[in-house]
Amino acid sequence: MIPAKFDYVRPSTVDEAVAALVAAGEDAKVLGGGQSLMPVLRLRMGEPSVVVDTTRIDEMKGITDAGDAIVIGAGTTHDAVTKSDLVRQHAALLAAATDTVADRQIRHRGTVGGAMAHADPAGDQPPVALAMGASFTIAGPSGRRTVPASEFFVDYFTTAVGPDEVLVSVSVPKHTGWGAHYEKFNRTAQAWAIVGVAATVRMDGGSIAEAEVGLTNMGPGPVKATAVEQALVGASTMAAITAAASHAAEGTSPNSDIHAESDYREHLARVLTARAVAKAAGIS
Amino acid sequence: MQHITVTVDGTEYQSEVEPRTLLVHWLREGLGKVGTVVGCDTSNCGACTILVDGQSVKSCSMLAVQADGCEITTIQGLSTGDDWHPVQTAFKECHGLQCGYCTPGMVMSTVDLLTENPNPTEEEIRDGIHGNLCRCTGYHNIVKSVKYAADLMGGSK
Ligand SMILES: Cc1cc2nc3c(=O)[nH]c(=O)nc-3n(C[C@H](O)[C@H](O)[C@H](O)COP(=O)(O)OP(=O)(O)OC[C@H]3O[C@@H](n4cnc5c(N)ncnc54)[C@H](O)[C@@H]3O)c2cc1C
Ligand code: FES
Ligand code: FES
Repeated sequence: MIPAKFDYVRPSTVDEAVAALVAAGEDAKVLGGGQSLMPVLRLRMGEPSVVVDTTRIDEMKGITDAGDAIVIGAGTTHDAVTKSDLVRQHAALLAAATDTVADRQIRHRGTVGGAMAHADPAGDQPPVALAMGASFTIAGPSGRRTVPASEFFVDYFTTAVGPDEVLVSVSVPKHTGWGAHYEKFNRTAQAWAIVGVAATVRMDGGSIAEAEVGLTNMGPGPVKATAVEQALVGASTMAAITAAASHAAEGTSPNSDIHAESDYREHLARVLTARAVAKAAGIS
Repeated sequence: MQHITVTVDGTEYQSEVEPRTLLVHWLREGLGKVGTVVGCDTSNCGACTILVDGQSVKSCSMLAVQADGCEITTIQGLSTGDDWHPVQTAFKECHGLQCGYCTPGMVMSTVDLLTENPNPTEEEIRDGIHGNLCRCTGYHNIVKSVKYAADLMGGSK
C-alpha cells in the first residue's frame, strides 16, 4: 500500500530535528532506518502528519571510543555495528546479537537507535543493552539527558524517549575480554526471536567471575536475569551452569501467542540460558 | 513535492516526488524500471531488492526522497548489452527460478552477498539470502545458482 500523506523534513543536526518535532506537535514521527516504520506507514497502522528523517545527521552516525565505554550513534546501521572492531572487541555480545537481526538488506538500513527506540519485545538488541548496563543520550527541547537502560525500556514498544525527543546515542560500558554469545530460538522463515538469551561472562581461570544475562521476548520489554547472573558466579562446569540457568524464568511474564505458550517460553528461557552461558564461557 | 537527483543504472535522473512515494514505486512508475517488483507490504519478501550506494536494500522500505544523491543499481542495470552478469547466467544454468517473481530480488541479493563474501559456504549462502522469499523453488536450485555464480566470478567455471 501507499502511505498516507505526510510532510517531510530532513534536518542535518540534532537541534534541527528536535525543533522540527516541537514545531510539528504530537503527530510527528522520527524516521531512522525505516525498517520498522516503513511497514507501519505502508500498512497505515500509523499516519503521522510529519516525518522527521534523521538519516543525514552526521552526529548520530558512527562508533567512538570514550575510554571506559564505546558510544554508538543512534543512526549507526546494524551492518556497521557487526563490522566494527570497537564493538567486537569491547561489546562482543552486541555484535553477536546484531548479527542475528533480520537479514542483510534490513541490517544495511536499520539502525541500533531505531531498534532501541522501537523497543519491540522480540528485538534482539534491547536485552543486550539492559544486561550490559548501557545508557542512552536523549535530546529534547530542554537539552540533553542520559538515561540508564534500566529506566529506558518502559513497556511494550514504549521507551523513555518522548514524542518531541530524539535518541542521539547509546553508550555501552567496555567488556573487553569477556566471552559472549546470543542464543536465539526462531522459526526458519522469520528472524524474530520466539525467545532469545544474551549472555556475556568474565572468566577467571576456568570459572565464571562475573556474568550478565538478558532475555528477549520474555515480557513487555527486555529482562535482566539477575538470579541467573548471581548463581553463575564461580561456576566452572556444565552442571553448575545448568543449575544457575534453572532460575532464568524467575520474574518474567512471557506472552502466549501462535508461536509459543508462556510456559513453553519459560522452558526455552532456561534451556537457552544454559546454552548461551556455556558458549560464552567456553564450557561444555 | 520534493526535488531529487538520483543516479539509476548509470543514468542521472531529476524528479519531483511526493514524500510518501516509496522508492520502488518511483523506480517502477516514475522511471519505468519495472524489473524491480513488489511482493509484500511488510518488508519481508525481498522481491524489491536493489543496490543503494553498493549495498542491498529493500526498495519498498525506503522513501524515494531518501534516495536523493544516491547511486542505485536495479536488476536492469546488471547486464552490459547482451552480456549477462554472471549471477544472471548462473540462475539460468542452474534453473534457479520457476515463476521468476522473486528472481530480480534474489539476483540482487546474490550480487550483494558475493561482493562481501566471494566464496560462501552453503550455510553462508542460505543466511545471505534469508531476506528473500521464494514460493516456488524450495530454494535448492537458488542455493546452487549462488554457488555456481561464485565459481563463475572466481573464474573456475
Ligand atoms: C522482515 C523484518 C525482520 C526483522 N527481524 C528482526 C529481528 O530478527 N530482530 C530484531 O531485533 N529486529 C528485527 N527487525 C526490525 C529491525 O531491526 C529494525 O531495523 C528496527 O527495529 C528499527 O530500526 P530502524 O532504524 O529501522 O527504525 P525505524 O523503523 O526508522 O523506527 C522505528 C521506531 O523508532 C523510532 N525512532 C527511530 N530512530 C529514532 C531516534 N533516533 N530517536 C527517536 N526515535 C527513533 C521511530 O519513530 C519509530 O517509531 C525486522 C524488521 C523486518 C522488516
Ligand atoms: S516488496 Fe516485499 S520486501 Fe519489498
Ligand atoms: S521462482 Fe516463483 S517465487 Fe521464486
